[in-house]
Amino acid sequence: MSGIGLTLRALHDGERDLEADLLAVAERHRTEHEVHHIATDVARWSREHAARLAALGPDHGVDLSGPRDHTAPGALTALREKAAQALGRRPETGLLLLEDLRDLHLAAVRNSLHWEMLAQAAQATRDRTLLDLVTDCHPQTLRQMRWTNTMIKVLSPQLLVSV
Amino acid sequence: MNSSPDRIADPWGVRSPYAPGDPWPSRTDLHLADGVTEEDVEQWVPSASILHSNGDAMDIAVRDGRIVGVRGRAADRVNRGRLGPKDLYGWQANHAPDRLTRPLVRENGRLVETDWDTALDRVAARTRTLLDERGPGSVGFYTSGQLFLEEYYTLSVLAHAGVRTNHLDGNTRLCTATAAEALKESFGSDGQPGSYEDIDHADTIALFGHNMAETQTVLWMRVLDRLEGSDPPRLLCVDPRYTPVARRADVHLAPRPGTNVALLNALLHEIIRTGRIDRAYVDAHTVGYDELAAGVERCTPRWAARICDVPAAEIERAADLLGDARRLTSTVLQGVYQSHQASAAAVQVNNLHLIRGMLGRPGCGLMQMNGQPTAQNTRECGADGDLPGFRNWQNDRHVAELAEIWNVEPDGIPHHGPPTHAMQMFRYAEQGSLRLLWISGTNPAVSLPELGRIRSILAQERLFVVVQDLFLNETAQLADVVLPAATWGEKTGTFTNADRTVHLSEKAVEPPGEARADLDIFLDFAARMDFRDKDGGPLIGWRDPQEAFAAWQRCSAGRPCDYTGLSYDKLRDGGIQWPCTEDAPDGTARLYTDGFDHAHPDRCESYGKDMVTGATVTPVEYRSLNPDGKAVIKAAEYLPPHEDASAEYPLQLITGRTVYHFHTRTKTGRAPELNAAAPDVWAEISPAEAAAQGLADGDLVRVTTPRGVIEARLRTVAIRDGVVFVPFHYGYWDTPEGHRPPDGRPGRAANETTVTDWDPLSKQPLFKTAAARVTLAARRGTPRRQDTDGAGTNRPGADRTDTHGTDTHGTDLGSTA
Repeated sequence: MSGIGLTLRALHDGERDLEADLLAVAERHRTEHEVHHIATDVARWSREHAARLAALGPDHGVDLSGPRDHTAPGALTALREKAAQALGRRPETGLLLLEDLRDLHLAAVRNSLHWEMLAQAAQATRDRTLLDLVTDCHPQTLRQMRWTNTMIKVLSPQLLVSV
Repeated sequence: MNSSPDRIADPWGVRSPYAPGDPWPSRTDLHLADGVTEEDVEQWVPSASILHSNGDAMDIAVRDGRIVGVRGRAADRVNRGRLGPKDLYGWQANHAPDRLTRPLVRENGRLVETDWDTALDRVAARTRTLLDERGPGSVGFYTSGQLFLEEYYTLSVLAHAGVRTNHLDGNTRLCTATAAEALKESFGSDGQPGSYEDIDHADTIALFGHNMAETQTVLWMRVLDRLEGSDPPRLLCVDPRYTPVARRADVHLAPRPGTNVALLNALLHEIIRTGRIDRAYVDAHTVGYDELAAGVERCTPRWAARICDVPAAEIERAADLLGDARRLTSTVLQGVYQSHQASAAAVQVNNLHLIRGMLGRPGCGLMQMNGQPTAQNTRECGADGDLPGFRNWQNDRHVAELAEIWNVEPDGIPHHGPPTHAMQMFRYAEQGSLRLLWISGTNPAVSLPELGRIRSILAQERLFVVVQDLFLNETAQLADVVLPAATWGEKTGTFTNADRTVHLSEKAVEPPGEARADLDIFLDFAARMDFRDKDGGPLIGWRDPQEAFAAWQRCSAGRPCDYTGLSYDKLRDGGIQWPCTEDAPDGTARLYTDGFDHAHPDRCESYGKDMVTGATVTPVEYRSLNPDGKAVIKAAEYLPPHEDASAEYPLQLITGRTVYHFHTRTKTGRAPELNAAAPDVWAEISPAEAAAQGLADGDLVRVTTPRGVIEARLRTVAIRDGVVFVPFHYGYWDTPEGHRPPDGRPGRAANETTVTDWDPLSKQPLFKTAAARVTLAARRGTPRRQDTDGAGTNRPGADRTDTHGTDTHGTDLGSTA
């Protein structure tokens, strides 16, 4: 397997994980309405990225499964949302939220660096298809990073100081 | 004469047609109390409308120390003498017998009368304790869109530099936050580009989600007078309801709620595809055009037709109308601002004007409208949490400038992040980190989404709630301290309407009992807190409205909203549009007649936000994108709504206004004519939808969402199939429960059912994107349970069961009322 193939796989897995993590955070923080809604919105980008990476896999000798099947909101989802409602009045959940946002941000940074590697490799090999994919997708990863960063910036003073 | 003809039956009155470019003819509207004639009036005191955003100038009629009526000011540029129904009749609420006349404090669970010292000492003591023990993040202020400029500025200084909290917002968050945000995104700063005179010159008028006929009746009169005159403008209406505006429109698009961005992208696509852009203007004055062109390339009318459920041919017709306009005036309101992707959609209307080069010239008016009379002042004074004078919290030089004006250290003004918006404040209160919330001139227990949640937050033991209002409204009933406030006609101050026109409103009569002007209440609190500047002098040195105005003038100097050329004396002659300076002593009709100075990186109010996530753009990014200060064309991708119709909730719920009421009816519900015109809540669906659900006009129905349920009489009207409309004005102050629904029974406040979700950029709650079902509670003619048990009988005009569906319905106004 080529270096590009390995990187495609790492990024594909990273986007799959990030989608799952974003959706899990959305459920866990159901009472943080903006986090809930925007995390769900930007999870869609990671899902699309995973699908497009999977489609490109065979060109680089890797077989990638693409995004996870969406299970219908099941027992786990219901449990997480119930827990969120119950804990929504406790200040301590604010710290948990900051930790979750930090982890999402770091996961997006990891993906971003993989996009960067692929962009460089695509330019070196004049691989238009790969370069187009990076051009389409990488900006959305950067937006995921900026969003988590903004949320951390906005929420930290209240959640760290006033709790 | 003591009254204009019945303006309940005909809110817009008689026509005075005029031709393009001619001045709008005057027409003086008048309403005086029974038995009073103009000759009986002892004094006419200048003021303007406080029950909507249009800013109609009027004189308050005074006799024997009481308000006895109002008369429009024929010379004023805004209304040329006309008044709307709420202005003609609404003043009577000032005299309502249940006005608050003494402060109240909660003792052993009950609110009891007290004196001002006791009430304000209690507030000051709690504030001091919280500041000592938990810091400024534990204190928040939630104010209004109906106070005066002088009051907002005082509150803004008090909160920003006295308490030093970031938690300050107005209920303008619910009505006008997206207007401000869209203007910041496109032009770098808040500030209405257009002027009402643009209606006089336009050859095409487009109303995006703006039921102007009901929200701004006098501006709609102006449009009607153009439509009746020679060479009338063509009209485009975008609204899922068949409003009076829709009935007059050349093209009416009724998209599915939540799909505005898809529709607007398709309109932009068509205009670009057919080459009807002003390339020279775009090159000279904007950045970002290529991204927009690429972004909408695939947004064909056919694509949008599937999403919006509007015929592609109609989208093309609308695009032709917009694309062929030589003088296009557009207005935007809640159909956009309270809907999914609010800011992204409002920005696309800005883009429409930018790519067509239609700004800064007569008839080329762009108006991101306001919902409330003084919302503009909430924004410019920073009572919405922004830094006053449209200063940029990310720009250290702006903060330093403000620190100098206030004589405080720059780090004494919180600017480490954006201000905390209302919904987030309530979240902090829910989660327990915000412990004092001071609510002035607004009623969140009826006006915020998901009321069950809001009530439970306000009722918390650990949250100290201060309410400053005219009446013991639903929110006040949950307060720990209630402060009786004076209102319009009982105090002096200025306010600014949706086209930047500043009016002076003078005190005509004494407030009832011990009620005090909001300004005096804030000043008293500041004195008790002993807020100091960095040299030990008082932080707030002014004592009356005129001194507060002077302080604000100094703060506004050199900013887009420059008031330095104004004075109370000058304003006594009529409204003047800011900026008004030494160089422009008569004010400024239109912004952006020559470039976009306010968008320069050194001067802009905001560097912008991500159109999907709301993430802030950094100063460095903005400077590289827009180094010379041009208008910013920002593309936005369509996203599906966060809550959509489903098998369980097959309809989309939207809430909105009626022409007869304002807000939560605190005043309009106490004006007999207005209350009688629309005494109780109703729900609207289309006849086809009703038939499909087995319902008929006049049935009592339940509107249910995952959050809650209300009961309302059904009106079948012309509205999109699949949509249910409920007016949001109705709460509980005139029901036995006082502030909440009856135990175990459905309520009547639309917001029992709405979703807690807000636009990620403007933070405006989305009242027009929820899934609902409508089911039968009782057939028409069956009285409500609460009527039969007598519980509802003390309500004015309580539930006129038999007439509700027929009385107002069926007239020309039926579907709109």
